[in-house]
Formats: sequence, C-alpha cells, structure tokens
Amino acid sequence: MTAGEAVPGAGWRRADGAPAQDRERHRRSGGRAPRPGESVVGEAEFASYYGRPVIKPPVWKTPDVPLYLFLGGAAGSSALLGALAELTGRPALSRVAHLTAGGGALTSVAFLIHDLGRPARFLNMLRVFKPTSPLSVGSWILAPFSALATATAGAHLLGRFRRLRMLTGVGAGVLGGPMTTYTAALLSNTAVPSWHEAHRELPFAFAGSAMAAGGGIAVACSPAEEAGPARKVAVTGALIELGAMHRIEHGHGLVSEPYRTGRAGRQLRAARACTVTGTALALTAGRRRVPAVIGGALLAAGSVFTRFGVFDAGMASAKDPKYTVEPQRARAAGRDAANASAEEAHTPS
Amino acid sequence: MTTISSASTAFSGDDPHNRLFGPVPDVAGERGYGDDHPPRVGFFTDTSVCIGCKACEVACKEWNTLPMDDAEGNRAQLGLTGASYDNTGMLGANSWRHVAFVEQSRAVDLPMPTVGAPGAVGGPRPLEDPPVVHPRVPASATTAEQSAPQQTPSADREIRWLMSSDVCKHCTHAACLDVCPTGSLFRTEFGSVVVQEDICNGCGYCVPACPYGVIDQRQDDGRVFKCTLCYDRLTDGLQPACASACPTESIQFGDLDQLRARADARLAALQDKGVEGVRLYGHDETDGVGGAGAFFLLLDEPEVYGLPPDPVVTTRDLPSMWRHVAAGAAMVVGVVASAFVGRRR
Ligand code: SF4
Ligand code: SF4
Ligand code: SF4
Repeated sequence: MTAGEAVPGAGWRRADGAPAQDRERHRRSGGRAPRPGESVVGEAEFASYYGRPVIKPPVWKTPDVPLYLFLGGAAGSSALLGALAELTGRPALSRVAHLTAGGGALTSVAFLIHDLGRPARFLNMLRVFKPTSPLSVGSWILAPFSALATATAGAHLLGRFRRLRMLTGVGAGVLGGPMTTYTAALLSNTAVPSWHEAHRELPFAFAGSAMAAGGGIAVACSPAEEAGPARKVAVTGALIELGAMHRIEHGHGLVSEPYRTGRAGRQLRAARACTVTGTALALTAGRRRVPAVIGGALLAAGSVFTRFGVFDAGMASAKDPKYTVEPQRARAAGRDAANASAEEAHTPS
Repeated sequence: MTTISSASTAFSGDDPHNRLFGPVPDVAGERGYGDDHPPRVGFFTDTSVCIGCKACEVACKEWNTLPMDDAEGNRAQLGLTGASYDNTGMLGANSWRHVAFVEQSRAVDLPMPTVGAPGAVGGPRPLEDPPVVHPRVPASATTAEQSAPQQTPSADREIRWLMSSDVCKHCTHAACLDVCPTGSLFRTEFGSVVVQEDICNGCGYCVPACPYGVIDQRQDDGRVFKCTLCYDRLTDGLQPACASACPTESIQFGDLDQLRARADARLAALQDKGVEGVRLYGHDETDGVGGAGAFFLLLDEPEVYGLPPDPVVTTRDLPSMWRHVAAGAAMVVGVVASAFVGRRR
C-alpha cells in the first residue's frame, strides 16, 4: 500500500522549528543498525500535527469520576463483607460494612449524576441494555445495587425489618463483586492508550483496591473481635492491588510511562506508600485500636490515590500524541514485516 | 421500553459471523434495514488536489448552523493557533470539517544554468525561451515539479503544502456507537453514523472511545456533536454540503464501492507519475475499524496530518475485557468468602 519511504516525511521536513530539525538530524545521522532481536520498529521516528492530541481526552470531570470509582469499589466489597458477616452472626461487622456500602453507593450515584449534569440523565441510562457499552452494563449493576445497599443500610439505622434486611443485604452482596470491577471495563473500553492496553490488569487492580478500601474501613470501624475477616480481605486486597498496579506501571512499554511520571506518578507512589504502611499496621495491630484505625484508613487512602493515579495517567496518555502514534506505528510496522517475511517464505528462490 | 440494542448482535448470538471487528459487507442491513435500503455512501477525500480554501468547513458550518469556535473548541471565541494557517485546529463539537495545513520543505539540487560560449558542445542551457508545450500554458506549469501536487520549487528548496480536509470516518465498526449507553448514536440506512441530539445524555463516553478523536462534547451543553454525513440532505436526495462546496473535487461523495475503485485508479495514476509518499488511508476493510466510510488519499504518513496510523475499534478487545472483569469479580467473592472460613477471631 505505502509506496516509498518508511520514515514519515522522508526527504521532507516540516518547515517549523525544532521537532522537524530533530527529525532531520536523526535521519542524517542514519541512526544505528538494530541489533538482532531488537525491534526495528522502535527506531521509527515520531511525527505529529503540531503536537496536537490524536484522540480526544475524556471529558469526565475530576474529582467526580475518580471518587465515583473509589466509592463504587469500596461499596461493592463492603456489601459482600456485610452480607457474609450477617449470615455468620457478626452483627457489629455487618452493621459497619452495610453502612459503608449504602453510604458509598449513594454518594457514588451522586457523583455520577453530578458528572452527567441532570438526574434525569441517569434514568436515561436505563433506556437500553447494551453489552458493548460498559457504562450501560454498569448502570444496570449500579442502579439495583445502590437501591439494595441503601435499603440495607437504612434498615440497620432504623434497627427494624431484620428479615427484609437479610434479603436486601444478600442481594447487594451478590452485585458487590461486579460493582468492584465493571469500572475497569468502563475505562479500558476507550481509545485512551494507557487504559486500553491495561485492560487485562485493571479489573484485578480495581478489585484489589476495592477490597483494600472496603476491608480497611471495616477494620478501622468495627470491634477487633469481629474484624478478623475484614482484616484478611483488606490485606489480600492490598497485595492484589500492589501486584496488579506493578504490572500496569511496568508491563506495557511506552504506554506504562504515564503511570510513572507527572501527577499520576506522584499519586501512584503515594498510593503505594499508604497501602504498604496500612497493610503492615493492619497485620500487626492485633487487638489494639489505634494502629487498626490508622492502618484501615491508610488502606482506604491508598485505594483513593490509586483511582486518581489511574485516571490521571489515562488523561496524560490521551493528551500526548506520542502515546497514540508510536505504539500504533510499531504495530503496523510489525505487521508489515510479518507479511513481508511470510511472502518471502512463499516465493521460491 | 428496555430493548436489547441492535448494536450487539455479536453478543446476543443472532449472527455468528458478525464480529466486533473485520469486514461487514452490508453495514445497514446488519443493523436491521430491509433489502431495499440504499447502498452505503461515504467520502473519498483526495488531499492531493485540496487547495486549502476551507469552503467545506464553511459550508458545513452554514448548513448545520454550527457556532463559531476557536482551535481548542471554545464556543463563540476567536483565536489564532499561531502555528500555521490552520486556526480551526481540530475536529470538535462545533467544527465537523477541519482542513489541516502542513508546510514541508527540503533542500534540492536545481540544475542551475551555466555560462559558456554560445553553440559550444554541451554548452549553456538557454536562459530564455523555455520549452512551451501549449501557447497559453506557461512552461513553469508543465515542469516535473508540478506533476507532484501541492509542491513548488523556491530557490534551493522545494516547498510543499499538505492540505487535507478531515471529517468523521463513519467507521464500519464505530466505537462511538458501540459504547453509547443510551442508544443515542445510530447507524442510518446509508451506513453512516449519526447522533440523535434529543437522546444524548452527555455522559461523554463516545468522546475517548473514538480512535480518530472526532466526536466531542459542547462544553456549555454537555451533549456531543459530529458530522452527520448530512443525513438531512441525503434523505432529500442531495449531496452533503461540504462535498458540493468543494471547488476542486477533493471531497468526492458517492457509493462507497465506486469511490474505492476511483481511489485505486487515482493512486495508480499518481504513483505512475512518481509522486512521493502517496497512499490510501482508511479504505481497507480488513483494518482495525473494518474500513472507514470516509477515506483519504494522503501524501505522507497519517500522523503528519494528525490521523492515527493504525486505529483499532476499542470494542475489538471487549470480550477479553468482560472476561477479566468477570474473573476479577469472582476473585473478590472468593477472597471475601474464604476470609470467613476457618478459625473465628
Ligand atoms: S470516526 Fe469516531 S465519531 Fe466517527 S464513526 Fe468512527 S468512531 Fe464514531
Ligand atoms: S457531511 Fe455534512 S455534516 Fe458532515 S462535514 Fe460535510 S457538511 Fe458537515
Ligand atoms: S477539501 Fe475542497 S473545499 Fe475543503 S479546503 Fe480542500 S479544496 Fe477547499
């Protein structure tokens, strides 16, 4: 298809300033021959249209959307904790977890509606059910979940309707799992390079982050004799969060870079510090209240920072055309090379 | 009330051959239009003849009564980019056509006239009377440089302007349509992709989903807008406003199959002339978006014009995303349940 050169604008250069001259210098120096095994593709030079973004950065507001991600996750894992605590006869833990779930669900809906602009717009989300749209699927998870979780929390506050509370609590618990992870598909089903490429790890990062938050809040707020399961959930979640985020931050070459640099990098370093310290405190607290409260709060704070960091990294990758163009050029060049060698193999020499 | 959207036949299993990417022979038919629906239409934009007059931009603004905006999409604001003659900058909610201006230059060795005795062997090239091909056409218009479009020699440099009128690609697999949670975006009987403004929710999901960065939100309004391929004109048997305004036929509108054939012929003609860097973009049905309804003849790499080199519809990876989401949710249930098993403390 492409006749002629493999380098953008070979022979031609933009008549404007430094980037063009850099390209020219690079071209003149001839570069160096790629070593065997090294991708020829990485050598490709990068051109863009006056440095403008190729894709449109998300128009979602911050802090609305990162907070919505955090609250939804914390509410999801709390609902599950609450349901199981209720069924295994841990009234204090169940109360704390159900109140967290109800409060988180309500505020996350509030943030979503604020981002949309008008309450009627949330109802509009339920016009259709579309599996190709994680936002549609998510609305169908979020709407019944928040209704059930709020009802359960309300019943706890009123101290009445125990049987009904069991039912709604179990219902919210069932939806709790999907609540923690659907937001990962929401972000990665976009052309935003750093979100899309991480689509295999993000659900696990968000699941871990949600458990660290929900478990952490429960550890901080419930009496030590009932907090055992919450502590296990919080610590396991924190470890999963750390592991998945490590792969996101390092496993995807160029598009992992926005997770380590700039504001997103700072937020994710803070997230790691909070999560690691919180885990250590939660593990060593035993029956002492103060370290348990601080540890639980740090785990929740780590989860908040993770959401903000992931959100910002995606924004940064959408705004810089480098993250869109370079991986795509590499992909196309790799495909061309594979086709060429396949053709060579077919032509008798 | 609630319906399973027709956008998801790949999931509902109605059609085992429909995938979330790859060629779709009949885009409109696949979305439920009867056999008598019109053929798929689109644009072939031949950038090699674009003169950057912006008639298309203006015609689009006028026909669709789009408000003025600056290069950052700020409504009712006038602003200069300072980078080039392009002060529109990008496609957006209020600019549904955008003419990109790329100025390029390179050094050349021009065959300079030499001085010597008249009549000597291998003597001087005549300084005057260059060959005239046609009495009314100046020689400069027939020189080799002019066979390459958008290109002029100037002193020891050759300058060329790449101008390209960009627009929504009306993708075969349109990410904007796939991710819209309200069904506000739909596929028309002409195979194009259109937003229904009264249903749009302002969730903005389509904005980062589009691999070409086309559709955008109007800031004071919250709803999204983009080229409709002049759906209102097509239903009345008219051409899109931009195509009818284009004085050089850079924007060609018509049946997609015919346009593809025309584009192949134009590509071959320019390649025969030795024009550098000429290529088609978005015409290939096996590409990441299943072929675009608006495709281009370019004279350089796509990214030089601000286009993505190898766009892929984001929903191609959606089955994998849902699998990982489900696995993650199952993991949460497993972790929380196992935390309640065992020693009670
Ligand atoms: S180019 Fe973007 S806005 Fe246009 S149809 Fe394709 S995905 Fe939608
Ligand atoms: S087809 Fe119509 S709406 Fe689309 S760019 Fe042309 S004039 Fe504008
Ligand atoms: S595409 Fe046509 S109308 Fe648009 S700027 Fe080029 S020549 Fe003018």
